[in-house]
Amino acid sequence: MKTVLYILQKEFIQVFRDKALLPMILIVPVMQLLVLSYAATFEIKMVRLVAVDFDKSGVSHRIIDRFNGSPFYKLAAQTANYAEAEDLLKKDKADQIIVIPEYFSKSLTNEKRAEIQLVTNAINGSAASLMNSYALNIIMTFNKDIIVKTNPLKGRGLPVEVRPRFRYNPELDYKTYMVPGILVLLVTIIGMILTSMNIVKEKEVGTIEQLNVAPINRFHFIAGKLIPFWIIAMFDLLLGLAVARFAFSISIEGSVFLLLGVASVYLVVVLSFGLFVSTFTETMQQAMFVSYFFLVIFILLSGLFTPIESMPRWAQYLDYLNPLAYFIKINRMIMLKGSSFSDFQEQFYSLAVYAAVMLSFATFRHRKTV
Amino acid sequence: MVILFGIPFVQVLLFGFAITNDLKNAPVAILDMSKDVVTRNITRKLVSSGYFLLEKNLQANDEIERVLKQGTIKMVVVFESGFARKLQKEGKAHIQLILDASEPNTASMIKAYAEGIINGYSFEMLAKKGNIPLQINVRSKMLYNPELKSVYMFVPGVITFILMLISVMMTSVSIAREKETGTLEALLVSPLKPAQIVVGKVIPYIILSFINLLTILGLAKFVFSMPVNGSYLLLLSESVLFIIMSLSLGILISTISKTQQQAMLTSMFGLLLPTILLSGFIFPVENMPVVLQYLSHLMPGKWFIIIIKNVMLKGVGIEYFWKETLIIFLISLFFIVVSIRKFKIRLE
Repeated sequence: MKTVLYILQKEFIQVFRDKALLPMILIVPVMQLLVLSYAATFEIKMVRLVAVDFDKSGVSHRIIDRFNGSPFYKLAAQTANYAEAEDLLKKDKADQIIVIPEYFSKSLTNEKRAEIQLVTNAINGSAASLMNSYALNIIMTFNKDIIVKTNPLKGRGLPVEVRPRFRYNPELDYKTYMVPGILVLLVTIIGMILTSMNIVKEKEVGTIEQLNVAPINRFHFIAGKLIPFWIIAMFDLLLGLAVARFAFSISIEGSVFLLLGVASVYLVVVLSFGLFVSTFTETMQQAMFVSYFFLVIFILLSGLFTPIESMPRWAQYLDYLNPLAYFIKINRMIMLKGSSFSDFQEQFYSLAVYAAVMLSFATFRHRKTV
Repeated sequence: MVILFGIPFVQVLLFGFAITNDLKNAPVAILDMSKDVVTRNITRKLVSSGYFLLEKNLQANDEIERVLKQGTIKMVVVFESGFARKLQKEGKAHIQLILDASEPNTASMIKAYAEGIINGYSFEMLAKKGNIPLQINVRSKMLYNPELKSVYMFVPGVITFILMLISVMMTSVSIAREKETGTLEALLVSPLKPAQIVVGKVIPYIILSFINLLTILGLAKFVFSMPVNGSYLLLLSESVLFIIMSLSLGILISTISKTQQQAMLTSMFGLLLPTILLSGFIFPVENMPVVLQYLSHLMPGKWFIIIIKNVMLKGVGIEYFWKETLIIFLISLFFIVVSIRKFKIRLE
């Protein structure tokens, strides 16, 4: 035990001695959490709409007014020339075009049906489908309203009424969803980079040989390397939770201790992974690229930015090996929904097994001989 | 080396195949308290639409909260009891949609699709009774990317990202490494001029970046059949300009930082993450708060992404993006001047 304490002391001296490293550990994550949470938004608040109104009737005006009145839309231009509208899309001055054809209102009264065309800039496919569903919603509501007005049985509307209820995030605020995820991401990046650089740095500088001849066994060695960064990452997590609470007023719906308990297991996975990388690489550059390579895959498949359910099967299977996916999911469940342990115990057990496996990898890959 | 070429390969493939926001087969649960012909019909309509996957049939109200908390089910559809009877007698019945809105976009898309399907059913019902309702049909057209492939969005981003990663991170770390191990001094006392040293250090990375660029473009074209609608020559020369910009930034970082670790952390946190998030790579810049929009102007990657999208997807010529090109040019000029200044100071 005493040996471990000595290694701990050595590691902390090294961390606190590096004047540039300390702000990296403390200030950068907080700044990033603040900035990124505002930046990482799929919300579309201001769709710039071009209205091409060939009909110029009362009905078409009312439809365009509906769009103009919606908080999601801004009328960028109104024209009677379709080519001009598409040019605006091309120059990126607008995102969506609504085309109301000639005789729209006439065909609506005579044939009881009429058609509107929506043209959306779909380079960003997900934004396009969201914009499309916004527009559909507005037109759908308008359609229901005119049915109510024209229905002979006054005020009846559609027979089957839909009442939506949005749970856990009724304002549909995207930040609420992103903050818990980004928090996990930052803690992971910090932990993984610090540990993956650590042993390999001693190798490059040559101090590893002093450690090798010292009377430390591999368990002491790994424990001494792991615990300091575990404490640092845990501290970062708490800091981040405070930022979430006070800057974004996202309080933790579930139990804080449950969250910290899961986090402590998760950090063992990440840090052992980093140490494992550090044991088999020769230079810091190598270590950086290996850990970067895994981080990118972990992040992209983690469901942080895009829902895991929309990924293809094989990607979902890959996620069984992705610690980030487990913890982001659990963290969101605890923070937003107030889920309890029984709701995610399977994921937690997988994390625990993962931690054990990675820890033994790191321990047994470490060689005292050069 | 393997990793240098592996990263772009894996990234493009992952982005291309795995990263989508399209809604299909969203897991839903149904709580049917009346179990009659109408509710069964509506359920069938919802399931056969392809957007939803019926995962569970719930029996009681208190199960709703539990399945939502477990996290797989995205929406619970609740039919009120006596649904068909009410519809017949009062001409009206309601369906409640309870959505897991912790992910707001999926929730609002699911809601829009479900509501559309249920309204469609209402229209049919009215039409059958001879009371044809006014119906506005919407024909949607997706311009530039009709199949809503996310590759179209991501390939320009990945190109930018990889070029930056290799150029900025690799150069800054490799120069900082020479500093740390002391070999830089050996180079400096040699009869080489500082400019020659820098050029010599940089050329391998230019070649590397260029090979990666071609790999990504090849993947995009042959695996994802993503078109290059504009001119290849224009695309490649803009890329070279961007590579030069990134390299000069990398040199700048390396002259500022003392150790490899510092250089690495600076380029990782100061550059890569902001580039991913603020350049319009994944998240559209227009929707960010104004402060961040101004901040995003400082991201060289943002301008380059605009250029690539213009050339590859819209197929327009330089008259549409000469401003962006000029900005990248000025940024690289700035970096080069500053790093030459810094480099000379270290010589003394």
